[in-house]
Amino acid sequence: MTSVIELKDLSVMFGKRSILNSLNGELNGRAIGLLGPNGAGKTTLINTLLGFHRPTRGTARILGHDITADANRVRSLVGYMPESDSFIAKTSCIHFVRLMAELSGIPGRHALERAHEALFYVGLGEARYRQVETYSLGMKQLAKLAQAIVHGPKLIILDEPTNGLDPPTRSRMISLIRQIRDGGKARILLSSHLLRDVEECCDEILVLKDGNIAANCNLEEERKANRKFIELETRGGDRSAFAHSIGELGCEYALTGERRMKLIMQESTEISDLYRLALRHGVQVRRLNYKRDSLEDIFLKAMENGNAAAERSENNGGL
Amino acid sequence: MAVYEQLYGAYEGVPQSALSRFLVIPRYALRDIFKSKLVTGMFLVCFVYPLIAAILVYLRHNVNAVAILQIDILELIPIDGSFFRTFMQIQGAFAFLLTVLVAPPLISRDLSNNALPLYLSRPLSRTEYVLGKGTVIAAVLSLVTWIPGLLIFFFQASLAGTGWLWRNYWIAGSIFLASAVWIVLLALIALAISAVVRWRVVASGAMLGIFFVPGAMAEIINNLFLTRYGSLVSLWATMNNVWAGLFFLFDRNSGSVQGTVTNPIYDKQLFNIILLEPPLWAAWAVVAAAGLICVWILSRRVRAYEVIK
Repeated sequence: MTSVIELKDLSVMFGKRSILNSLNGELNGRAIGLLGPNGAGKTTLINTLLGFHRPTRGTARILGHDITADANRVRSLVGYMPESDSFIAKTSCIHFVRLMAELSGIPGRHALERAHEALFYVGLGEARYRQVETYSLGMKQLAKLAQAIVHGPKLIILDEPTNGLDPPTRSRMISLIRQIRDGGKARILLSSHLLRDVEECCDEILVLKDGNIAANCNLEEERKANRKFIELETRGGDRSAFAHSIGELGCEYALTGERRMKLIMQESTEISDLYRLALRHGVQVRRLNYKRDSLEDIFLKAMENGNAAAERSENNGGL
Repeated sequence: MAVYEQLYGAYEGVPQSALSRFLVIPRYALRDIFKSKLVTGMFLVCFVYPLIAAILVYLRHNVNAVAILQIDILELIPIDGSFFRTFMQIQGAFAFLLTVLVAPPLISRDLSNNALPLYLSRPLSRTEYVLGKGTVIAAVLSLVTWIPGLLIFFFQASLAGTGWLWRNYWIAGSIFLASAVWIVLLALIALAISAVVRWRVVASGAMLGIFFVPGAMAEIINNLFLTRYGSLVSLWATMNNVWAGLFFLFDRNSGSVQGTVTNPIYDKQLFNIILLEPPLWAAWAVVAAAGLICVWILSRRVRAYEVIK
């Protein structure tokens, strides 16, 4: 099966500054979340996939088409919703979306029909004859989504689609994205700094940090993995000895607060083992929660790994 | 598929050809341009002189009309290269005014509302985008320059007969070339300004400034240094030389200046300086340089993303 996005040693430099460093990987999810702190290279990656930046080295393929050699084909398969306000002034929304459809290659009459459909689909049907600049922020975001989907692309790239939206509009946007994802007719690449949005919409994530891939995992598989995450809240006793004993059982653990700790249970360990150890060290177990590896955990872990890798490379450089 | 069906679906029809896609930008832009009454009015005014020119051609060949109007036929302007050069100069000026009204919002409107990523994320390159916008100017200006010019030329040819056409066929090529050079230069300058200045009024002012300020400077240089080379800084004067060249009317000798200068040894001395226009190649070089600068500005400004230094 053709990958949605395939990165092959993709590097982008602006002048002497490296923005993306030899990215490699295949992304196959129905909805792919692109995460990373500010300046990680998310927007540069999107711009490169759209052909706005030329890769300094390597390349990428979208749905099997090379982004540089077959740029026009790639663009006809992609719908793009930029992060910032983007529209054509003094133009009604229907006119704007129709123009975008025609530029994507849809003949005039069909373009008008599809513009009506797209605007009704995103919920702007009643406001479609108004000029876009008179819209509220939420409506402008929906208009941008309409122009991105009007030609029925195979991959929809959404850059911060819920930026600045109030809760009802945000939930409408999220539900539209999920609807498109579940329809199965288009794949989605969603770039967002809001982990909740990505968690609600995506089944695969790519975490970037300083232009490198810090994590690339399938959220569905992570969720399905038979790993037991437990959050403990304790009081009294010798907490560090208790934690050490848990480690001796073969469980990974982390002390997350003064009274809290997270641990991953092994197949061979049971909850009763924890209670026995707690009793031995005089620790009261006040709360025990089963917890899945949330996107936040994955993201923070990726950031920590990224920092450690950066420190290692700095140390190596120093030596 | 029903118009209001609320489902997401891919387009399964036959896509448009690359040429049809390219023509989408000029088609939409032209429709917007003629929504302005000012532009439409100015566009109509541009046809006044071609109408006068056509009447002059008609009178030249209609003895009855000349007799009724009691005009001396010798007073009528001859229909030759000079006639069509004058036509170009007048229509060129109108074309410039039309460009001042039409061109400023073409790119600036997209830039100020960040619409370029929307255009360029579609199967449309930056070059195609600029060419599309340029086509709008080219289409409007063609309607007031070479198209009426050629119509008048063929009108004259049909009245004067094949002998005249055989002697003057080159005028048709000159009309087209003179218009094409002017249209390309105006389009490039207007688009470059539109890509740099985001406010329509300021862009129109800049367009006027680019033609009139150097014109004044050229006059100052010419008068101060008793030369004609100052004309090279004026695009209008340069274009006049290019047109003169295309109609085989270019003459470097553009007059002379006579005067006296007081010299302490010889007392008063007479001088007579012959003023020479810059060579024709210099005029073409100025036009080419102006065009290249505009292309460079456009290549820097028309991007899907903003370059922050």
